[in-house]
Amino acid sequence: MAVVRDRPLSPHLTIWRWGPHMVVSILHRITGAGLSIAGLAVLTWWLLAIAGGGDAYATFVKASTHWFGTIVLVGLTWAFFQHLFSGIRHLLTDTGMGFELGANRASAIATIAGSILATLIVWAYWLGAFA
Amino acid sequence: MSIGDSASDVGKVLGLGSAREGGGEWLRERLTSVALLLLGIWLLASLLFLPKLDQRTLVEWLRGAWVAIPMALFVIAAFWHSVDGLKQVVTDYVAGDISRWVLNTIILFFAVAGAALCLFSLGRIVFGAAA
Repeated sequence: MAVVRDRPLSPHLTIWRWGPHMVVSILHRITGAGLSIAGLAVLTWWLLAIAGGGDAYATFVKASTHWFGTIVLVGLTWAFFQHLFSGIRHLLTDTGMGFELGANRASAIATIAGSILATLIVWAYWLGAFA
Repeated sequence: MSIGDSASDVGKVLGLGSAREGGGEWLRERLTSVALLLLGIWLLASLLFLPKLDQRTLVEWLRGAWVAIPMALFVIAAFWHSVDGLKQVVTDYVAGDISRWVLNTIILFFAVAGAALCLFSLGRIVFGAAA
């Protein structure tokens, strides 16, 4: 009996059509890694600067109000909300909830829409849009 | 079911939980996530409601027990959750037990150092001479 050498492989990641659930899954990891590295570095610098006094804090403010620093902070704000919302979704799916195709897709889209909206609201407030 | 077990007794009979080890980290990642859910929202809301974000205001704010304690807990939960989360990413994407161990150890060193810096700064703010 001939041995079939080219056995079919299960479809690999690259041939799947991207859906919101896959985007949210990988975003959860990317934002988690980003918050762990950049987010906690900023938190540590912030607390060190507050403890260090007026001059140390002025350096932190100068960096955070620089256009690049602001981009980083806006990015971290979005990452915080995305990780927060997809984290809540993660905890719910851990209990077995929300695996129906429709609910899974809708909740994935909701985390992305929510994180963008929350980031816009927070920064509009900080930049004085509501002042 | 105890901390360190990712499945209940019934779950074990059903073949749930970790196949080898890591059940404790799995559960701890979720417990710290719930802590961060509450503390993260508290921190962001506090920063939004503070009248100003200058060094003097922040020192005065952080010196209160009802701020310093949740801030310390936020720092501990955030670094702990990051260690577990990054470990999961390393486990999934890095091949080889030695590489994984080295990377996880580096991550642990940075996290402990970062958490120590944060808590030291917080201690200096709370117990230092009033600005």
